[in-house]
Amino acid sequence: MPVSVNHSRLIYDALKECGVGLVSALPETWLVHLIRMAEDDPEMILVRLAKEEEGVGISAGAHLAGTKSAMLMQNHGFLASVNGIVSCAQLYRIPLLMLISHRGEFGERDPWQTEGGGVTEHVLQALRIPFAYLDAPGHVGHRIRKALTLAYSSNKPVALLLCRDLMWEDEGHRD
Amino acid sequence: MSPVPSSMLRIDALRSVYDRLTDRVVITIMGAVAAELQAIGHRPNQFYLQHAMGLASSMGLGVALTRPELSVVVFDGDGSVLMNLGGLTTLARYRPRNLVHVVFDNESLLSVGGFPTATSTGSDITAMAAAAGIPRAVTVRTVDDFVSAFDEAIAAHELTTIVAKVDAKGPAGFVTDLALLENRFEFQRWLKKAGARTTHPAS
Repeated sequence: MPVSVNHSRLIYDALKECGVGLVSALPETWLVHLIRMAEDDPEMILVRLAKEEEGVGISAGAHLAGTKSAMLMQNHGFLASVNGIVSCAQLYRIPLLMLISHRGEFGERDPWQTEGGGVTEHVLQALRIPFAYLDAPGHVGHRIRKALTLAYSSNKPVALLLCRDLMWEDEGHRD
Repeated sequence: MSPVPSSMLRIDALRSVYDRLTDRVVITIMGAVAAELQAIGHRPNQFYLQHAMGLASSMGLGVALTRPELSVVVFDGDGSVLMNLGGLTTLARYRPRNLVHVVFDNESLLSVGGFPTATSTGSDITAMAAAAGIPRAVTVRTVDDFVSAFDEAIAAHELTTIVAKVDAKGPAGFVTDLALLENRFEFQRWLKKAGARTTHPAS
């Protein structure tokens, strides 16, 4: 599977260094290594979801109880979570770190993923959620750290879009 | 199926366990549950999720998993549970021993005009909770049975869903004078200090 283990490890280690103690996730191809790393880590609470919006509630509970968390989801999962983000995380000022695999952008081969990519940034903007891209290994650590810093200083959701150039090992060379 | 008449008011059920909530983490849904529990008496350990229908049990799960030394009680409703049926499977998957999940089932979306939910036409939340894998799931129809089920759930120290069939009657209004963010930050501060005063055994 050409999903990058090394770059997934960079992301996971950055979450750990920031003190993230709970990860909620719904499986998606680009996230398989990250989810496995969380599963193999005895210090991490991994919550496997039925639908991504549950993760907003779980993160809100974890935050109020004193644990930093992160949500791992596909952009379609983000779209499925919008009401929870607005009426739980934003209404109640919950710092929420969302790591969203940005499917449907240049290089996407799966026809069914192609609508989500084009609307993800627009929905984030409409919700006034600050976001940045993780598309090269050099900035993974400090962008995750800065995203969490803003989430906590503002008590609001923030998003990092996990891009194909980072997550998919051979894409940059083949295309 | 022949309908079994309900003879319980939600506010009476809440009153009957109110003294048992003092040292527990309490999370409610919006609407009548939040208004009635505040009418009985607000405490800093009580958080009212005044929107995001379906996510109160998810919040309870987030607290229960990260703070196993605390006892968590979620007061849910039929309309909310039906919006997050998958959440029952997530609760069951992690089955935190320190969580009691109460569902007040009045078979309607009371706060928006009383429109009937699917539990009025036979959908059975207790059966769905059990089928999802929640180890203990019971239906109660009287205040006495509710109190017994609540005490048994705490004593069993196992994830329990209690579906309390209640009348579709609520308060005249749903807005209280407790600001949402005041409630949220007060609740967070209470949780920060909560470890020292709990008597609940760690799971």
